[in-house]
Amino acid sequence: MTVFSDMWAYLSDPANWSGSDGIAALLGQQLLLTFTALLMAMALGLPLALWLGHLGRGGFAAINISNIGRAVPTFALLALLVVAPWPGTDSFGPYGRAGLATLIALTLFALPPIITNAYVAMREVAPDVREAARGMGMTGRQQFWQVELPLGLPLVVSGLRLALVQVWATATIAALVAGPGLGQIITDGFFRSNYGKGIAGAVVVAAVALVLELLAAMAQRAVDPTRRTGATATPGGGHDDALSVTGATVESSAEPVG
Amino acid sequence: MTLLVQAAQARLPSADEPSCYSRLVNDWVCGDYLTDRRSEIVDATVQHIGITVVAVVLGLLIAFPLALLARRLPRLESAILAVTTGIYTVPSLALFPLLVPFTGLTATTVVIGLALYALTILVRSLLEGLRSVPDEVRESATGLGYGRGGLLMRIELPLALPVVMAGLRVATVSTVALTTVGSLVAYGGLGNLIKDGVLTNFRAELFTASVLCVLLAVILDALLVLAQRVLTPWTRGVRT
Repeated sequence: MTVFSDMWAYLSDPANWSGSDGIAALLGQQLLLTFTALLMAMALGLPLALWLGHLGRGGFAAINISNIGRAVPTFALLALLVVAPWPGTDSFGPYGRAGLATLIALTLFALPPIITNAYVAMREVAPDVREAARGMGMTGRQQFWQVELPLGLPLVVSGLRLALVQVWATATIAALVAGPGLGQIITDGFFRSNYGKGIAGAVVVAAVALVLELLAAMAQRAVDPTRRTGATATPGGGHDDALSVTGATVESSAEPVG
Repeated sequence: MTLLVQAAQARLPSADEPSCYSRLVNDWVCGDYLTDRRSEIVDATVQHIGITVVAVVLGLLIAFPLALLARRLPRLESAILAVTTGIYTVPSLALFPLLVPFTGLTATTVVIGLALYALTILVRSLLEGLRSVPDEVRESATGLGYGRGGLLMRIELPLALPVVMAGLRVATVSTVALTTVGSLVAYGGLGNLIKDGVLTNFRAELFTASVLCVLLAVILDALLVLAQRVLTPWTRGVRT
């Protein structure tokens, strides 16, 4: 398997890591894009979904958004955004036209898991807990901030985790439309038949994806109120798992990764 | 007389006016494109359907024994779930190149990659589905003399079907969308047209292929819903 020795040679050469199109720079670009898109999606989706979940309305729309999102190929949306004459600018920050298209596509793709999970999180707070809170004389606002949000937070964070990994993966695809990010290394290596390089890029992307997933899983565990008190521990399962296909979340989570 | 000839000449050129997908016009929606490039579009769609169906079926064939194994040996369950989730985390654009050294630039690469993604969803939904069968039902079946195999095939699987089908729908729709990324190794079905559309700034091709992708996902999803209704007649009316 000479490709693997090529890959190792590519990865272990410090010259490939530095420079404006080195691995480090592209990694930085992709991380920046990923987090910008995630923050934009959070700013757009979280308040709306949490509020609707608190009121218990609009569930049908929230669930269906994710179904539609799943059917639209990321690649197709990116391609359409790049070729379309709008959104106007030919340059956007350091990334150019494809960068802006990528940012829009990434934000759109981060929305479904964030919205559905936030909505479901609010709805899955046990009704008796809600009733007890009302019985204690809490106003709607207090109920939301002191009861529903803390209890629903793990599921909300699970949606963010899913969105984060998904956005990271999708950012790779930007390279297919000449966008920024690590995907450039993969497509470049591929189209020039330098498979070692392509695989090196793939390894870096996959490794960072796993790191992000682990970090997000840790964050998710840290915000779980039931874990802090040591009441219940559900290893490897339960509703807080972003990929599980069960009852309330049957239609809501499990988005394709890139 | 000359006026008439001129008028006729003025009307004639409309026959070889640039079609709506020429470089000058470059419309997004273009009927001529559909008729002129019909065979190309049909080929891409057939390839897309083929890759999707083979990948999902392959994923299901691998997921089934894995789920049974995970159920029999609870210690293996968390390992199987961890590994499949790990695969799911790897972006598709990264997974295909990783498979190329083993399978080359063939449709097999795309099919295996997509099957791995489908596998993750299917193993989970199979496990959840089997777990959703009430213990009382299982006990009564054992009491009626069902063996392990009979219990699985005739009691547990049919009852698990709604959850399994939900997983299958998610897996199928995702696979249709992900197949486009296979254009990296030149086997992406409609993705090939999308890629070509971007490279050559060919709007009609790009738009048509994108719409067909979404349509394909919706049609396959509808077919699965239909199949579920046929396979689980007892759930009709008593929606749980």
